[in-house]
Amino acid sequence: MSATDYDYRQVEDSITMAPLGRQVHENRHDELLTLNFGPHHPATHGVLRLLVTLEGEVVRDLQPIIGYVHTGIEKTAEDKSYWKVIPVVERMDYLAYYFNAYAYCGAVETLLEVEVPTRAQYLRVIHMELNRIMSHLVWLGTSCLDLGAISMFWYCFRERERILDLFEQSSGQRMHTRYFQVGGVMEDIPVGFAEKLRQFIAIMPERVDQYESILNKNEIVIQRLRHVCPLEAETLMELGVTGPLLRAAGVPWDLRKHDPYCSYGDFDFKVPVGDAGDNYDRFMVRIREMRQSVRIIEQALDGLPEGPWITDDRKVALPPRHELATSMEALIHHFKLVTEGFRVPPGEVYHPVESPRGELGCFVRSDGSSKPARVHMRDPSFVNLQATRPMCQDAYIADLIATLAALDPVLGGIDR
Amino acid sequence: MPDATGLELLAQALRDADPDCVLDTLHFRGKAQITVAPASIRATLQALKAKGFRFLCSVHGVDYYPDEPRLGVHYELLDMERVDRITVKLRVPLDAPEVDSVTHDWPTADHQEREVYDMFGVTFTGHPNPRRILMPEDYEGHPQRRDFPIGGEPILFTVNQATGTHYTE
Repeated sequence: MSATDYDYRQVEDSITMAPLGRQVHENRHDELLTLNFGPHHPATHGVLRLLVTLEGEVVRDLQPIIGYVHTGIEKTAEDKSYWKVIPVVERMDYLAYYFNAYAYCGAVETLLEVEVPTRAQYLRVIHMELNRIMSHLVWLGTSCLDLGAISMFWYCFRERERILDLFEQSSGQRMHTRYFQVGGVMEDIPVGFAEKLRQFIAIMPERVDQYESILNKNEIVIQRLRHVCPLEAETLMELGVTGPLLRAAGVPWDLRKHDPYCSYGDFDFKVPVGDAGDNYDRFMVRIREMRQSVRIIEQALDGLPEGPWITDDRKVALPPRHELATSMEALIHHFKLVTEGFRVPPGEVYHPVESPRGELGCFVRSDGSSKPARVHMRDPSFVNLQATRPMCQDAYIADLIATLAALDPVLGGIDR
Repeated sequence: MPDATGLELLAQALRDADPDCVLDTLHFRGKAQITVAPASIRATLQALKAKGFRFLCSVHGVDYYPDEPRLGVHYELLDMERVDRITVKLRVPLDAPEVDSVTHDWPTADHQEREVYDMFGVTFTGHPNPRRILMPEDYEGHPQRRDFPIGGEPILFTVNQATGTHYTE
């Protein structure tokens, strides 16, 4: 292919909405303007590109174009042994790395039929709920930034820092921790972690109250959010939308409650729902979810059972370091795991979990070897993004920005 | 999850409507899976929708290389009231990878079917916007296929095109 027979504009032509624009134009007298929005734009929360058809300031149509950070993680995963896939899938939705890791580990554990010790399950719950608060904080900070409230961003990142410090303490990494292993977690929580976590859960409810009052006692914020871009539950379900967006429309669907996994059945928590399904509800549902997450962490910490933090199945988990010096068998297991990895019985499993953005499902197909034959993430952002168009049609362009923020798309998860 | 008996009853109900539609049922690790003929996918999913599986969670592709029929499409259905899940699978051969689109019944399948087309080359008949979604428009090949080599794919930058430098050179 030479330079002459390749016309980039021609290729781009196929992704314009020229025919759509004409349709709208027929019964309107005003001129329509097609505006390219993104992919390099701070308000798109990543490299999302939107082609927006505007009539004056009103959005008549829009089309999301994605793929700008497609890195082929699912393909890379097929070339790695099972336990080496964990750090790769963690990098999909970069604000929900514990959830990515858990969705994947859970799928592999189902295939292997490995029993995860209760302490490991509780530690997973603690870290996932911390991660949920962290993700919601980043979302709250950046969304308020889109509404013009700069200070919220600093408040939210102040609490986020505390959570990242906790992650660093338990795993050594602030982000993409690779704390979850197939069969349990990497290491028990260190001395001092519980105290630091208690300090965090002591102040967090008060901070959430403060954030809430900054939002719902502010006339400007309320006017920007209330009755803006609502979408009814029926349409959301048809579009496959899950998570806080669906709950904001009044559907109390939460996998942690309805299909408990990882000991979530042991904890007492509520599923916050909205009623109008507008941007205000989308904000409030997430803020209330942070409170519930704090409650779950508190219960998990109080009820944290003693015992192993990873399965003692030596075919799956590495033997403890001290055994290597005394046991030949441990040495063999260690060698096999590090060089080849464990083999997984053939089969196909879809493992859904409730991530901060909705149902995160991991599909793993094993062909019996030590590498997965297929790893697929059903990422909630990818599916939820389809709701942008019905939400924002006939709304103002300024509300498009606010709605996009309320949608909470993470492009790393969308493009994978 | 429907138990093994529930799955068989479901499969029998589907067989009553169309004797050739169900090819196989499998109850694996506590989850129900049902394999159907590619031609009957829309009818099957509509029948399951009428039975309460009203939420389509995921549509994803699988490559069963080197087995034939090689390409697979999986549909994860969810019944929110009874908290029940079922996986519907189909397989199509590589030389005619055509499946009816289910976007009319489930608008959520729009992006996901486009991804399956993009990654595996399965074409969805009746899809309103049957184009690539993650890979560039002019990309050749379907990268998630098992015989597509990992690494070595060219990186596209249009600036190279403008200056006459080809990206593979």
